[in-house]
Amino acid sequence: MDQGDLTHPWSTTQRLTIEGCTVSTVNDRLSQVQSLARRKKSRSASISTATQLIRKFLLSDYFVLYLTLILFISAAFFFPTLGTPGNIANQLQNMWPLLAVAIGQTFVLILGGIDLSLGATMGFTSVVGAIVMAQNLDPAFFDKSPLWGTLMRPEGGLLAGSALAVPVGVLVMLAVGTSIGFLNGYAITRFKMAPFMVTLVTSTFFAGFALWLTQSRNISGLPEAFIELGKGDIVSVYLGPKLTPDIARRDILQFITYPFVIAAGLAVLAQFLLSKTVFGRQMFSIGTNRVTSDISGLPSQSVIIRVYMFSGFCAAVASILYSARLAIGQPSLGGGNLLLDIIGAAVIGGTSLFGGKGSVRGTFFGVAFFVLLLNILNAMRLDPFVIDAVKGGFILLAALVDVTRTRLMNREQRA
Amino acid sequence: MNPLLELHDLTKAFFGVAAVKGVSLHVNAGETLGLIGQNGAGKSTLMNLVGGVVHPDSGRLLLKGNPYNPRTPADAQRSGIAFIHQELNLFTNLTIAENIFISDFPRGGFPGTFNRAKIKQQTRELLNAVGLDIAPETPLDRISPGERQLVEIARALHQDAALIIFDEPTTSLTARETERLFTIMEQLTAQGKGIIYISHILGDVRKLADRIAVMRDGELVALETADSFPISRMISLMVGRSIEQLYPPRTSAPTDKSLLEVTGVRAAGIVENISFHLKAGEVLGLFGLMGSGRTELARMIFGLDPFDSGSILVEGESLRKPSPRASIRSKIAFVTENRREEGLLMSIDIANNISLVSLPEFANNLIQMVDQRQMQEAAQETATILQLKSGDIRQQPVKALSGGNQQKVVIAKWLLSRPSIFIMDEPTRGIDVGAKYEIYSIIDQLAADGSGVLIISSELEELTGMCDRILVMSQGEVVGEFDRAAFNRERILSAAFREHNPEQPVSG
Repeated sequence: MDQGDLTHPWSTTQRLTIEGCTVSTVNDRLSQVQSLARRKKSRSASISTATQLIRKFLLSDYFVLYLTLILFISAAFFFPTLGTPGNIANQLQNMWPLLAVAIGQTFVLILGGIDLSLGATMGFTSVVGAIVMAQNLDPAFFDKSPLWGTLMRPEGGLLAGSALAVPVGVLVMLAVGTSIGFLNGYAITRFKMAPFMVTLVTSTFFAGFALWLTQSRNISGLPEAFIELGKGDIVSVYLGPKLTPDIARRDILQFITYPFVIAAGLAVLAQFLLSKTVFGRQMFSIGTNRVTSDISGLPSQSVIIRVYMFSGFCAAVASILYSARLAIGQPSLGGGNLLLDIIGAAVIGGTSLFGGKGSVRGTFFGVAFFVLLLNILNAMRLDPFVIDAVKGGFILLAALVDVTRTRLMNREQRA
Repeated sequence: MNPLLELHDLTKAFFGVAAVKGVSLHVNAGETLGLIGQNGAGKSTLMNLVGGVVHPDSGRLLLKGNPYNPRTPADAQRSGIAFIHQELNLFTNLTIAENIFISDFPRGGFPGTFNRAKIKQQTRELLNAVGLDIAPETPLDRISPGERQLVEIARALHQDAALIIFDEPTTSLTARETERLFTIMEQLTAQGKGIIYISHILGDVRKLADRIAVMRDGELVALETADSFPISRMISLMVGRSIEQLYPPRTSAPTDKSLLEVTGVRAAGIVENISFHLKAGEVLGLFGLMGSGRTELARMIFGLDPFDSGSILVEGESLRKPSPRASIRSKIAFVTENRREEGLLMSIDIANNISLVSLPEFANNLIQMVDQRQMQEAAQETATILQLKSGDIRQQPVKALSGGNQQKVVIAKWLLSRPSIFIMDEPTRGIDVGAKYEIYSIIDQLAADGSGVLIISSELEELTGMCDRILVMSQGEVVGEFDRAAFNRERILSAAFREHNPEQPVSG
């Protein structure tokens, strides 16, 4: 082929009779051929750089972040509202509670377990917190509750009106979440039951318990100081002309809020535990190979219990953020598809359902991707049922991408 | 005679590293070809080329004179090539008959059903052919590893294989089962089947094979008639240098200090009245066949399994509540038989594997924060002492290491917790000759440093080569004890077989 290209210009030049011209034509042709060959070479070089780039992109720790940014930029092109500061601020606020609870799930998944009770834990702690803090309760709603007249009275919950209501309420919520985690962990280690079964049962139990206590009603009338935890901001921005002395609340863009600080604090703590402590390393070891870990003398049972406790704790934190934002104690808080969102965000972030693999950073990216995806689907004004279907599809896709990445990585290590 | 399978100038590289370089070979019908080489020499890749698992970069394969290009393992199977692996490809939850017919159940009268009676009849015939007298409907988990091996051969016969490749088939077999396997293999070649036999046990290869092919670094370095191929030359060809001895000289002798005392340990149906002691500086061998209770005994000493009565004293003290944690605290280390499943975290980096046992020691603070640098330095130091051949120990996962180096990681893991008693269950299983020598040197060094080492092995030769004393176990009991001066292969073997099969005359 190359040779054909080379001989052809020679044979044409031979037909030319003017000598000077011949020489120059030959040289031109030659250099043309050479430059063509050069270009071919450089194109194949650029192709291999392209595949290398794709490989690098796929294997990068920041893969999901890049994907999120690409998705955001391309979607903002079609739906300009996505890129408005108002929307961005709003979506960021949607992220924090989901991040908090997804971190808990990440821990459990790294251990090789699964926590299906996170949603119910959130609902139950939300109700418990409200019962402690509520400032008034409507008899018409709650007089059938088993707690009516004791812990729930018309003038409010247990500590209604007390200055201690919020701190005690928050601590009780955290304690309840952590205790449910302990219950899960204890049943799993002590009775050697499957995490799937144990957490499914606790989920059903506490979801039902929360509905029974409240007779399926939301508890409103939470103290302002508590609501501030979900809505309050530290740094906010107002963009636009100042026409009136007062600025309407919806025009203020909140960026650094209490939920942000709380979730970020939790993420930093989780990352520290995972990567820097004996507890974190042992989690990975047990998730990778339980038998090896046991023979190597790791305190597997205690690690497993502590991980489920941490997971319950994370659910309680998320419950605080959601309840405060909605300003109610909601028994169905973690219901619906929230559990899918929690597991989905962790899996999209690269946490393996088989254990031994996962990171807080990945889950953070996963949550960002998930929230953005929902935002786009809503912007498309899709039917809520279609949204669920699309969400499911994306989680499946994420699992597929993860398998591919693992395969690539293994190949890379072998080479 | 027409060759059954021919390989012409086969080459296969993985990411630029040649695993098989220009190998040409042939196997005749009715012939056993031995294939030997160190781990990583390219034996597995070569067989995977034949089996359709990987595809050659260049070169060609001929089967019965026709071009043969298996794209998948199923292709190879259809062409009459059967693989019998070290780890068996059988379903332990199914019956023997179901295992044999798993890929082609004969259809029954009703669509979607299969003909159970026909399966049973055919299975019985196949089992007869391999000399196995067991009911076809026996679940696989009820039969011994040796019998499972024969079931796998029966399956190969059922698939009408012309060429059967055996990859380390005897590692989990007892001596008697191995003998039976060899008899069957001889029958197979007599029927005109071709066999490729891969093994680290060179004596077996020499006994079985007609010709022996030696591979090193992906190349075929020798192909000779078995009868005129001394084992010493096989080894030097495999290693690429001549190893004067298979075992390093012992540099120390046992002291009088007793480290471990086991008295009258009994667990119903598993071990009976076991008593022995292990001294500081001693290498004690525990020889026994599969199922003699040796691994179970080791697990009891390490606190993994319970026992009914008797006592285990470590430096004169008994463990109040036996558990691996308690054993580790009293300075016992347990190198398990199965390093992949019980010794290592395969997907995790070397440094974290080495520090697995002693990680808390690198976190002497309230919040248990690990001093990464100190941990990695300690891991690196241990790796260097053991001459671990690896990349960056903080990056490279253990699964990327060769078998011998993986075993060194297991030993390093325990060394870091500074134990005084080492229990090693089959420490050199599946490791090539060169790496074995290194492991033996480590064992000698451990004893010289004052540790007591208990080696469990079914390779008698390695025990006589390394140990100061050998205990023989049979059917859950210690049936013999031999001092180094009184080592005698035949006597030790006869002790191991005595209880096992009293009526059979014993010979080495």
